[in-house]
Amino acid sequence: MSTAVVSEPSGFALPQGQLNVIRWNIYFGFAVLAIGVIMGLGQALNYAQVDIIRHYPVVKSYYQGLTIHGVFNALVLTTAFANGFIALTTARGFGRKLNDALLQAALWTLLIGSLLAAYAMFADKASVLYTFYPPLEAHWTFYLGLALVVVSTWFISAAQLVALRGWRRDHPGERVPLLAFMSIATYVMWDIASVGLAVEVVVFLLPWSLGLLPGVDPMLDRTLFWFTGHPIVYFWLLPIYVSWYGLIPKQAGGVLFSDTLTRVAFILFILLIPVGFHHQFVDPGISQGLKFTVAAMTFAIFFPSLMTAFSVMYALEIGGRRRGGKGLIGWFFRIPWSDPSVAAQVLAMIAFLLGGISGLMNGSYTMNMEIHNTAFVSGHFHLMIGCGVALSYMGIAYWLIPYLERRELWSSRLALFQAFLYFVGVMIFSHGLMAGGIAGMPRRTDMLQASYDLPAWKIPEIMTGVGGSLMFVSAMLFFFIVVMTIVAGKKTSQRDLPFTATVQAPPTIGWQPRLDRLNYWVLASVVLVIAVYGPVILGHFPLRLTTAGLLYP
Amino acid sequence: MERYEKAFLSACAAVLVIFLCALGYSSVAMNVHLPSHSGMIYCNAGQKLRKVLLKTPPFDHTGVKEIAPGKYQAVVIAKTWAFTPNEIDLPVGAEVKFIATSADVTHGFFIVGTRVNMMLLPGQISELDYRFTKPGEYLMICHEYCGELHHTMAGKVVVK
Ligand code: HEM
Ligand SMILES: [Cu+2]
Ligand SMILES: [Cu+2]
Repeated sequence: MSTAVVSEPSGFALPQGQLNVIRWNIYFGFAVLAIGVIMGLGQALNYAQVDIIRHYPVVKSYYQGLTIHGVFNALVLTTAFANGFIALTTARGFGRKLNDALLQAALWTLLIGSLLAAYAMFADKASVLYTFYPPLEAHWTFYLGLALVVVSTWFISAAQLVALRGWRRDHPGERVPLLAFMSIATYVMWDIASVGLAVEVVVFLLPWSLGLLPGVDPMLDRTLFWFTGHPIVYFWLLPIYVSWYGLIPKQAGGVLFSDTLTRVAFILFILLIPVGFHHQFVDPGISQGLKFTVAAMTFAIFFPSLMTAFSVMYALEIGGRRRGGKGLIGWFFRIPWSDPSVAAQVLAMIAFLLGGISGLMNGSYTMNMEIHNTAFVSGHFHLMIGCGVALSYMGIAYWLIPYLERRELWSSRLALFQAFLYFVGVMIFSHGLMAGGIAGMPRRTDMLQASYDLPAWKIPEIMTGVGGSLMFVSAMLFFFIVVMTIVAGKKTSQRDLPFTATVQAPPTIGWQPRLDRLNYWVLASVVLVIAVYGPVILGHFPLRLTTAGLLYP
Repeated sequence: MERYEKAFLSACAAVLVIFLCALGYSSVAMNVHLPSHSGMIYCNAGQKLRKVLLKTPPFDHTGVKEIAPGKYQAVVIAKTWAFTPNEIDLPVGAEVKFIATSADVTHGFFIVGTRVNMMLLPGQISELDYRFTKPGEYLMICHEYCGELHHTMAGKVVVK
């Protein structure tokens, strides 16, 4: 019944040199995650009134640790993983290698940028958290480092576009293979989305931290930050969607339903960039009308997400039924739960679904007022990124690392246990934070030393500590399995990516081929961005950069 | 198959429209307002925002004031790491307009158990109306990281 595969089918293998670059991206990302989760353990226990974070070497304050946690996990890990994984899916989708120089440049800018930012954070010259709202001021190496991390993604995007051009030349009139399309759409979305952060850092904060500008406009910088701060979530998510749409169906023994529906979902993410104002619902200086408009656009984001839920569930259902699953939900128990790569990602999907529901609460601004900046928010995004994304990374790693190393996964059983443990941990942890948040417990606060406390926060605090500890143990198991696979996994021959087939092939006539013309969608997106952000940004001119900084708080 | 897909997508669209209507209803009919344009405080190069605030109404007189029978205004300045004033006393049933700003970095203003929740940015005035119907002592905290001692930045609202 399946008709087309999402990737060039002849079994193309990347040259070893490029596989090595990809491998270093992935390993660097996981190394950074290891440091991040050590901080995470300290934070979770701090909520539970257990003091370990202040006994860590180098870490002087809760906020220094939290800055490292946020920057490493949410910015560096995600960029490193996307740069490596998406480079691979792009090359494999097209069946051609990428530009070597661009691939190398991406790796080096990422490494240098991360090390610069790490220097500032570990030297305690940048305890400004990963949102670094000015006029809190960090050492210039922090800003330069973050800028370089962003630039590294542009190199990957350029490498993709070069490959796309070459492929089009060789394949006139053909549809872009779905795996490559999803990969490129991810980075094209991010090219537009990252401009806000790049301008904030390069035009304002970096010169300011070097003493070249007299001060900052906090409101403008905040607006630029959240311009990127919303769609950065898509940048975390879409690489995972590439796996869920393009690989998981195959791994689960099913097929992807619709090629067209998949492309439309990715395009919708390109269009729905300018909704960052929903992070500023309770900010002054932004009109109520704009806030309502953005709230409405925010609900539209659930549309591509629901499309994804539909497609992925359907693919899993086909897989489960082919494996003998019967009845309305019988198929669910027949998907290959014993494969840790599938199990981890299906568990991630469940967390993601729950996270999406709590996200509806954040998005409704009337409810937002009760939970904004409370622990509810951290509970919500650990479901989404701390589990939906991070556990998917782990699931992907369970085939990707064997693929890159040509070795078998060291212990499938332990990997399976690891995935379930992480899921259980996140459920307890996030439930704790969300319950605390509803009772008004703030986020980003050193609760152990806080001058206030409420009895209603007691149980949520303990749940946060217990769940966070389970997540930590599970993450350490993950690193252990990765290392053991690299050094002691059974050697195998070169394998291929588990890319899937689609029930409905991409039509080559009609309106659908136009979906591949990304320039249209980019243009539409830019117009939308200007319509929503133009008036607000213009309102800040002439610039008044008069607010003084508070250095290394 | 196509039909299945279309039905699913239409159902999604319907759910979203319902959500949107609920949101519109809650903000209009229930009269929930968000902080928005309430004015700015300009500070020229070389001037200290803290000093400028002392001369800018209403921030030259912080604290609670009855502006009409049953209606109050509470003017608050946030500064690392305290609120001025750090205690606000109100009678039960009072309708109060909070007018607040920051004298240095970004702070938060959150009264636990209510929807009084705003960001305070240097140079921007934040305003929010609220009616306290239950007597008691409410925790008033800064819920945006503002430096080393952020977790000590708290006060209270006493309603009786
Ligand atoms: C062992 C696993 C983890 C634990 C125990 C943990 C714990 C925590 C805790 C307790 C907080 C709240 C701190 C506060 O608001 O004061 C937090 C914040 C955060 N976590 Fe995690 N986390 C873990 C894994 C992750 C992962 C995998 C990611 C992302 C990939 C992540 C991303 C974040 C981000 C972005 C924040 C917000 C930082 C901020 O508000 O500045 N965490 N984490
Ligand atoms: Cu957002
Ligand atoms: Cu604070």
